[in-house]
Amino acid sequence: MEGELSGVLNRRCVEAAVMTGLALNCHINKKSLFDRKHYFYSDLPAGYQITQQRLPIAANGHLTYSVYMGKKRSQMTTKTVRIKQIQLEQDSGKSLHDDLRSQTLIDLNRAGVGLLEVVLEPDLCCGEEAAIAVRELQMILQALGTSQANMAEGQLRVDANVSVHHPGEPLGVRTEVKNLNSLRFLAKAIDYEIQRQITELENGGEILNETRSFDYKLGCTVSMRDKEGKQDYRFMPEPNLPPLVLYDATSLPADADSQQVVNIDQLRDMLPELPSATRERLVQQYGILPEHSFTLLNEVGLLEFFQSVIKETRAEPKRVINWVLNTLLYYLKQQNLAVSESPVTPAALAELLDLLDSKAISSSAAKQVFEELWKGEGKTAAQIVTEQQLELMQDREALEQLCQAAIDGHPQVVMDVKNRNPKAINKLIGLVRRTSLSRADPTLIKEILERKLSL
Amino acid sequence: MSVQASPTLFMAMATAATATSAHPDVVSIARVAPPSSLRRTRSKEMWARALRVRFPATLNRGRGFASKAGPQGKVQEAGQGTHSPRLATQGAGRVPAAKIEHLERLALVNFGSREAVARLEKAIAFADQLHAVDTDGVEPLESVLEDRCVYLRSDNVAEGNCTEELLRNSHHVVEEYFVAPPGNISLPDLVNKTPSPTAE
Repeated sequence: MEGELSGVLNRRCVEAAVMTGLALNCHINKKSLFDRKHYFYSDLPAGYQITQQRLPIAANGHLTYSVYMGKKRSQMTTKTVRIKQIQLEQDSGKSLHDDLRSQTLIDLNRAGVGLLEVVLEPDLCCGEEAAIAVRELQMILQALGTSQANMAEGQLRVDANVSVHHPGEPLGVRTEVKNLNSLRFLAKAIDYEIQRQITELENGGEILNETRSFDYKLGCTVSMRDKEGKQDYRFMPEPNLPPLVLYDATSLPADADSQQVVNIDQLRDMLPELPSATRERLVQQYGILPEHSFTLLNEVGLLEFFQSVIKETRAEPKRVINWVLNTLLYYLKQQNLAVSESPVTPAALAELLDLLDSKAISSSAAKQVFEELWKGEGKTAAQIVTEQQLELMQDREALEQLCQAAIDGHPQVVMDVKNRNPKAINKLIGLVRRTSLSRADPTLIKEILERKLSL
Repeated sequence: MSVQASPTLFMAMATAATATSAHPDVVSIARVAPPSSLRRTRSKEMWARALRVRFPATLNRGRGFASKAGPQGKVQEAGQGTHSPRLATQGAGRVPAAKIEHLERLALVNFGSREAVARLEKAIAFADQLHAVDTDGVEPLESVLEDRCVYLRSDNVAEGNCTEELLRNSHHVVEEYFVAPPGNISLPDLVNKTPSPTAE
């Protein structure tokens, strides 16, 4: 009889919540409680949402993220945003507003499905910081398997609470901004709202504690109807859900039913490698810079691409990272393509780097080959090299002759070189390159010229 | 006295009222401070642990708290029959009009008349008797399930695939969506259009 009063909770939700709490350095509450949050909306059939307002499953954590500043984004600062709490709650249904026919279409498929809400403290100062922090959170959730965290698909939803205040003064009145379905819009909306509030206050106006929607077409936030003023959710303990009790190695009951028991210590041991650890490992493993590591993780699929190339090429990781970040990523960004849409496959790039590594082609020739590969016409790097006759001259003697010819033909330049004019040697190298139809390695040319001129 | 009319309060009203209407002295208070040192305790929303209430077997669990027919009739009976100690209320025990309007908006009830508001005020005063109990050092009882743990089920899909059956609940669907009016219609419009169920 009594058992019929109690609701049940999906175990996986609890495990996901605990692991997320651990990954975010939170204190896990061994006992947490459920509450009802009441409000009326057509996508909330019950008229209330079950949440954890009084005592959530985890609290007082922090999320660390890196901000890259400076022109070359090479100055890195580590920042932290505090996590207020993580709570388990129910999702509502989905509303589609049909303004044309003055109706709202309701899809209840996701109503009642478990959600994790992560509440951050107001430690973020601008749109960019918020976007970086949320990106880091996204990567953590993906690494944990808690969520695929795709914002466009609503798997990760973000609401921003924005306020402004003079330094030293308490926090100002905040507005809540909704309808942010990408990191870019998140940053844009926050920056817009900050500016809007500053302008409003400077003009002697005041900020209303309201909910605003981000209009991505206009790039601004718009007030959502809120004549009700502050909502009163009439929180009350959820009568059908007893407390959620978690255990650790010390408190684990001897005769525990493993299905009913969630062991925090066991979950902690099962935590996978988190993004921050991955980044450090990559720096150690490949000898790349922290900012390279950051970009590899930040761009979806880029790490996998990089690692595939490394596996298939003889070239050094430093060279690979250079090509992946400065060439491949550059081309991708130019055409707004995802890594998965790259016309150049890891295998193709690996082959190209092998040719470069064996000095079969020069770096400028390699760039040309890449350009050709990007067209995606199915040709291999080797084929393109042959077709366009980009092979480096292998005949050392012939190159020596070209160098000699350049020296003999340009006495004035030679004079400048001998007078230690730093730019003159480059001019000479350029001359040789032209006569060799760019098929000679500039480093080798320089070496030969310097020897010939007894420098 | 600050009035917090939450569903919990209504719950306390409704169940306590149900009990008293049947058996006037079933409300037995295990520990009560002597009248000369009646103290106001902090947790107004929670049931005092020391208060034991016996429910008659026919307690109607299904009643919604926002329903109009609920507590009002019962409270009137309780007002007549109870012998339970009463606390002197501060102020006139009146609920301000702005608060009534706010409650109406939140809970979608319509207090309709001055008499209904008076009934509410009496109900609140009745529930305030809880303050007679000294609960210092006593943890609030938030749930009768407090000594149990929530049951964890495994992450298996055991039911579903009943779209047609569910959509049949509504006579008007659009492409497998339920249909609702646009957004939230603010209350003044509703009040004018639909006759209030509690109107007297």
